[in-house]
Amino acid sequence: MNRLNHLFNTKKENILNVYFTAGFPELNSTVQIIELLSRHGADIIEIGIPFSDPVADGPTIQASNKRALDNGMSLNLLFDQLKDIRKITQIPLVLMGYLNPVVRMGVEKFCEKCKEVGIDGLILPDLPVKEYRDHYQETFKKFGLSNVFFITPQTSEERIRAMDEATDTFLYMVSSPGITGAKSYIAESQIDYFTRIQAMQLKNPALIGFGISDNNTFMQASKFSSGAIIGSAFINALAQDEKLENSIPLFLNSILKKS
Amino acid sequence: MKYTVDDNGYYGRFGGAFIPEMLYPNVEELRENYLQIMSDPSFQKEFNDLLENYVGRPTPLYKAARLSEKYGAAIYLKREDLNHTGAHKINNTIGQILLAKRLGKQSIIAETGAGQHGVATATVCALMGMECKVFMGKLDTERQKPNVERMKILGAEVIPVTSGSMTLKDATNEAMRYWIGNPKDTHYIIGSVVGPHPYPDMVARFQAVISQEMKKQLKAQTGSENPDKIIACVGGGSNAMGAFYEYLDDLDVELIAVEAAGEGVNSGRSAATTALGQPGILHGSSTLLMQDDDGQVIEPHSISAGLDYPGIGPQHAHLFDSERALFLNATDEEAMIAGIELSKLEGIIPAIESAHALAALSKLEFKKEDVVVVNLSGRGDKDLETYIKWGKY
Repeated sequence: MNRLNHLFNTKKENILNVYFTAGFPELNSTVQIIELLSRHGADIIEIGIPFSDPVADGPTIQASNKRALDNGMSLNLLFDQLKDIRKITQIPLVLMGYLNPVVRMGVEKFCEKCKEVGIDGLILPDLPVKEYRDHYQETFKKFGLSNVFFITPQTSEERIRAMDEATDTFLYMVSSPGITGAKSYIAESQIDYFTRIQAMQLKNPALIGFGISDNNTFMQASKFSSGAIIGSAFINALAQDEKLENSIPLFLNSILKKS
Repeated sequence: MKYTVDDNGYYGRFGGAFIPEMLYPNVEELRENYLQIMSDPSFQKEFNDLLENYVGRPTPLYKAARLSEKYGAAIYLKREDLNHTGAHKINNTIGQILLAKRLGKQSIIAETGAGQHGVATATVCALMGMECKVFMGKLDTERQKPNVERMKILGAEVIPVTSGSMTLKDATNEAMRYWIGNPKDTHYIIGSVVGPHPYPDMVARFQAVISQEMKKQLKAQTGSENPDKIIACVGGGSNAMGAFYEYLDDLDVELIAVEAAGEGVNSGRSAATTALGQPGILHGSSTLLMQDDDGQVIEPHSISAGLDYPGIGPQHAHLFDSERALFLNATDEEAMIAGIELSKLEGIIPAIESAHALAALSKLEFKKEDVVVVNLSGRGDKDLETYIKWGKY
């Protein structure tokens, strides 16, 4: 069974998915970040493949992408860094990235490498559901990779149902119209939307992301879903204190309110 | 062979709509409505009326006698440089703002490189009394100060973009990000035949007025609607697509697209996408793209800011793939020489973009009776500083 499915079968609430950009803050931080995140309370780790043109990302993640590329990060190097990761941790790992580097490597070869290193799922924001079903699904399935779709406050019920059908792990609920970035509160209108999706009783669990930044927003989002995804706030924490063995436990404790 | 868009938004293996879900409702709204709105007689009337009385269409098709003599063929110039605001860009912005109004949008955003599309957008926003934000790479705002001020005089807000390489592709990224955050009341006027479906098709249809006029004018002047060759420069490719559009299925007409080779195709400072690009995905469509082995987009270079784009419209990628069009390229130097040449021979200072199309004349063989149309997409006023810096005139 896919590690993601195993997680969602055994844990029903307050699931914490943490995103980081591979190659940030240092070229070779990847393995250490994964190890520290899995040791200090993250449930899923989303590894960002840096891209020159991250169109769905706000300033924080744009900057981490740029720095990662300047550090010399590449998709090939990332797979190299991850080659022994399953000897260290069994935490579910998801790769997040834009489609172009994947297409450039070749979808089949990319999926094969994902399987080799032990990736469980993929988040590709510029791969729409129809394109996925027509051209990608078969290859992803062949290599045991689950594709995760975004739903937004504007996504129609019909499309949400189609995405729920097309995936078998979780849905990524974008908390508000906008790009990625840390915010410190959740508004009333967002709660209406969360409640609406909750009432649809989808077959897959949903995780809420975009604008989740601290214990308060994490706990609030988790009330309406299986948990939440944190990206920009974590990147900010890494940028403030690059001693990972300090900043990562501190950050996770602040989100999960452990002392 | 079909050269226009298919039902799925593709041109052969290129095109599509590779957009984040956050943009889906906006793009879908356009896709569902654009053809119906554009074919509505009252829309057509309003569009054509503005093109005639505001933009100054039809633009002349001028037989350039001295240029013809020099190259040994009958060379005609399609004078898009005589449009209001100085280039073909306004054909598209007029069309899109009328469309945006009918979709009930209140504000407009656009990206711009050199500022020509930004000026054309700011112009139609002033005309329609709509709010206008233009995203422009910070480097470009410094290189193109007069156009920045022009946009501000017209009432637009110019937003300098500091992400990435701070040029056109980053301005496009930033406009898309803004649109993601403001999906309901904003329309994004993309300036070229790029972006997710239906943009490449919609922009091509608005620019098609160029070749529609060419057919009538050639018929009147030469007795035949069809020339032997049509030459146009290509960055994203909107002026070329406008000049080619009505001739795509007339296989006796040779279509010639000229890309910017910058300092030379293999110099590392070039924008010749078909020569250097690989299939890839940027700004919502699958197309040919200048990128490295890791799939990171390469920053292009051309002396002409309007051709300084790492991709190419998906329809052009298909014309290249299917060999329907011949793709040539011209270096910075070849373009400058051709620009000066036209100035001296015909009394027309062309935009440096258009000078790339003119530079192809010396790379082609003509028969004396050949009828050749060069699409003169813009005028050179905006490029005076570059001409002065070049100095060899």
